[in-house]
Amino acid sequence: MSTVPANAESIRAGRRSRRSTASILVGFLGSMNLAITLLVVIAIASVIGTVLQQNQPFQDYLIKFGPFWFNIFERLSLYDVYAAPWYLLILAFLVVSTSICLARNTPNMLKEMNRFREHQQERSLRAFSNHREWQTDLPTEEVEALATRALKRNGYRIRRKEHGDALLLAGMTGSSNRIGYILTHLSIVVICVGGLIDGNLMLKFREWSGDLVVETRDIPVSRIGAESRVSAGAAAFRGTVNIPEGGRAGVVFLPLRDGYVVQELPFTIELEEFRVEHHDTGEPRLFESDVVITAPELEEPIRQTIAVNHPLIYNGYAIYQSGFGDGGSRLYMRAWPLAGDDRAAYELEGRVLRDDLELEVAGQSLRLELTEFETFNARRVPGVPGSREVENLGPRFEYRLRAADGTAREFRNYMRPVTIDDRRYFLSGVRSSPAEEFRFLHLPADADDSPELFMAFLDALTSEERLREASMRAAADAMDDFGLTDRSLIPQVAASGRELVQRLLDEGFGSVMEHLRQRIAEAGGVDDSQETLVMFSRMVMERTLWEAYRDALAATGDDPQRELGGSDQVFFQDAISAMPAIKAYGAPVFLQLRDYDHRQASGLQIARAPGQNVVYLGFALLVGGIFLLFYVSHRRMWCWIRRHDTGTMVLLAGTNQRDPLGFAGQYRALADEIDHRLQDASAPVRGNNEVEGL
Amino acid sequence: MSTPQETLATRFDERGFFRRLSWFDWSWAAAFLVGTVYASVHFAQWMDGYEQAILYLSWVMLVAVGWMWKPARAFSIVVALLTLFAVSRYPDLQAAQNDFFLNYLLSSQSAIMWICALFPAAMVVYFAGLIANSPFMGKLGSAFTWAASGAGFIGLLVRWWESYLISPDVGRIPVTNLYEVFVLFAMTTGLIYLYYEYRYRTRALGGFVGIIITASIGFLLWYHFDRQAHEIDPLIPALQSWWMKIHVPTNFVAYGAFAISAMIGVAYLVQARFSDAWKRRGLPSAEVMDDLMYKNVALGFAFFTVATILGAFWAADAWGGYWSWDPKETWSLITWLNYAAWLHLRFTKGWRGTPMAWWAVIGLFIVTFTFLGVNIFLSGLHSYGEL
Repeated sequence: MSTVPANAESIRAGRRSRRSTASILVGFLGSMNLAITLLVVIAIASVIGTVLQQNQPFQDYLIKFGPFWFNIFERLSLYDVYAAPWYLLILAFLVVSTSICLARNTPNMLKEMNRFREHQQERSLRAFSNHREWQTDLPTEEVEALATRALKRNGYRIRRKEHGDALLLAGMTGSSNRIGYILTHLSIVVICVGGLIDGNLMLKFREWSGDLVVETRDIPVSRIGAESRVSAGAAAFRGTVNIPEGGRAGVVFLPLRDGYVVQELPFTIELEEFRVEHHDTGEPRLFESDVVITAPELEEPIRQTIAVNHPLIYNGYAIYQSGFGDGGSRLYMRAWPLAGDDRAAYELEGRVLRDDLELEVAGQSLRLELTEFETFNARRVPGVPGSREVENLGPRFEYRLRAADGTAREFRNYMRPVTIDDRRYFLSGVRSSPAEEFRFLHLPADADDSPELFMAFLDALTSEERLREASMRAAADAMDDFGLTDRSLIPQVAASGRELVQRLLDEGFGSVMEHLRQRIAEAGGVDDSQETLVMFSRMVMERTLWEAYRDALAATGDDPQRELGGSDQVFFQDAISAMPAIKAYGAPVFLQLRDYDHRQASGLQIARAPGQNVVYLGFALLVGGIFLLFYVSHRRMWCWIRRHDTGTMVLLAGTNQRDPLGFAGQYRALADEIDHRLQDASAPVRGNNEVEGL
Repeated sequence: MSTPQETLATRFDERGFFRRLSWFDWSWAAAFLVGTVYASVHFAQWMDGYEQAILYLSWVMLVAVGWMWKPARAFSIVVALLTLFAVSRYPDLQAAQNDFFLNYLLSSQSAIMWICALFPAAMVVYFAGLIANSPFMGKLGSAFTWAASGAGFIGLLVRWWESYLISPDVGRIPVTNLYEVFVLFAMTTGLIYLYYEYRYRTRALGGFVGIIITASIGFLLWYHFDRQAHEIDPLIPALQSWWMKIHVPTNFVAYGAFAISAMIGVAYLVQARFSDAWKRRGLPSAEVMDDLMYKNVALGFAFFTVATILGAFWAADAWGGYWSWDPKETWSLITWLNYAAWLHLRFTKGWRGTPMAWWAVIGLFIVTFTFLGVNIFLSGLHSYGEL
């Protein structure tokens, strides 16, 4: 940024011993080396914040880095690096360095813009690499006129100076290039100042000085104390607030360190309605909120719809559509116990994110926390490769079941059964931490699209009493078929069938088959009667299952003795496959969503940026400056015209600092033009001594 | 030393810039103005005031470019006519398969496949011309580059039309995802290169610039066949803005110029290392390459500054603040600072030559990270450009 000529540098070097500390400091701060170093250092420091995700909950960092590094990183403010004192200090250095350069060079630059260097001498002009000479018979006045014309036509401003018997036309163009220098460097200072106004430095300072206390608890606004509140004022902020439909807010939350503070607004904002629309592909097409602003100074409330890319600007406050969620939808659920003695389903009702419900199932007490509800759930239709068709799976809700010891599992259930390979299932996802993927339980839906039959079947298989009865019937039947008449064997046969059923429920069909194979192998494969016995056990197991299925039909009001068809077969298979998964499901209850009152919430971002116009001014200066710097070339031409005994001597010389290659061409064009003009104005030019170089 | 013949040839022209324009310049500009007005009226229901302004502004830019760089006029005419021809044969998406011209030449997929063939071919031919010292091969390279850039332009314009054929809801300018901007990158880089080829009257650098374009074509093909990225998906709400139309193309002028500066840096370094072998082949002098490198960094820097500022304006509309330290924003700043340092060293310290060439090459890695790496490795607000 320093463009001090070399000789000035050497003069200064001579005086170095007498320079004061202050001027040494200013010299250092304004030096080019420091400026370039700062540019590079800021670039490198900025990388940190892109590699390390910024402003996440401290808990996440702690888990990621462990306590040791967590503390070191926190000391270094790496979780909010762009507001870290050391980062701001480097920026401040850049601003100071730029300002000093600017202050030092601007006066010179401005003077330079009107300095024509009209004191050049003939000899020094000949020393320029771009120069050409002519001899002509024309009188000096005429030469001056044509040279002036040529220079002016090419955009040069001219200063005329007589040097004894010679005349010098000193031309200059593109001096706004110098303005470019001033504008670009000024813009950096302006942008940084604007940015500082809009940063949260003041907030950090108040927090640091103890004036403001960071709130880390998740509590209602009304209970947040005055020490964590910032009153409405002129300062910049950027915060968010979620408002449910029909709700209103007069504050936003500003994230700060590991918590937040509350920024009060001089108005209240009410959400009338929030809308989401989707493309055919399932991607969201539109988010918009109908909001109403009321403020003491407003006679009429402002009603407006805001959408992404279409914020509402009120009184310097910009209100943006930034997110959405559930605003406390009321869910009507049916709870289906999966274990315990009392398997009667019962109804539940609660609001998402608002109510926690207590459940008593199978002797366990659980707290139900409804966490999410969405009505639209697109998924790509599976099966056809490359197909981009999507279907809406319909509403789903998520909840946590928290045991007495505080541990919780998360669930995601779809309201309507989902069709997979032409069969319909209730899907219920489960996971034990947010870091995991959901694993889905597929409960086959019955003919009425209800989980009732499955639940009855489960009940029939897991209640000891009823399973015993079913197995006795199955054993008796099987023995009849085999022509065995010894009734006293029935309990024993039934028990072995039950054992297999138990294995099936616990470990799945594969395990049962493995077990049976093993038993045959143990018998050595020689004893046919043993193998027959094994096959017989298997038959008893299957018949027990079918007996249980008939019991389940009876329990759901169907005719247990009716002819069973293919659909029963399919359902039966699916139900049996789902049974072992019930154990891994990790909850003694399945919640079926029956109905809902949808209430959405809109996430609004509200910001106040008084420095924005300052920054935008800086942007304008920067763009203007850059184009002047790059595309306006500062050029100088001198035309020396001297009368001598035999005619007039003309010498054209020119120089340019930045673009010697481009200038050589421009110089040549101008020299050619003067050449032509001289030829046009006179008889053939006498002698033409051209010295040209790059 | 001027002989009479030369005198005639280089005779100065006293007329001003506008007086020097030919009847062709004027009628060309007028024809495009008619087209622009027609578009602004015919498509009025799809455009708001800002978009109308952008439409007319793009006409102004086109005319400015065409008047200063004459080959751009013929290029624009060919692109416009072929695009109109394609659109006239394109009443519905089915036509892309049924119509001969669309199927083999002009549907966006066909046109983009032509780019994928022509740009690598141009690189090969340019290098062959350089090594064999064959002006004909050089000319062929230019022809391929012109054709490829034209195909890129047509491909994107027709894709714009196709997006509306899918559904007016889906319709948008095709500069919204990684696939589309790779086409944009190849095309703008090709055109900027052609401009400097014309200005500096050398085809020797075509092969070097071709390397980076071909690399991007390689990515494009992988992205197409492995990820089916050529499908036109509708836009998420954050991207539904007229800012898109100016922010992205401006950025890609900058990326293209930075890429060219880096490839000239490579040529510079190659020549510096094996100077005898390459100088005979007609690579420009070190001084000219150094100058070209600077011209491209300057062009890139100017456009990158504007693009970043436009991005800040857009962010103020969409994200609630002109600067959020989003990884893409931050890497833009890093890129900007890097080239700012480059320019300062050249301007004030007078650095030239090998170190600056190395730096230009390193600069391209930073640009590439800003353009691609951020999308691949980092998450943030710009995450729609994800792989």
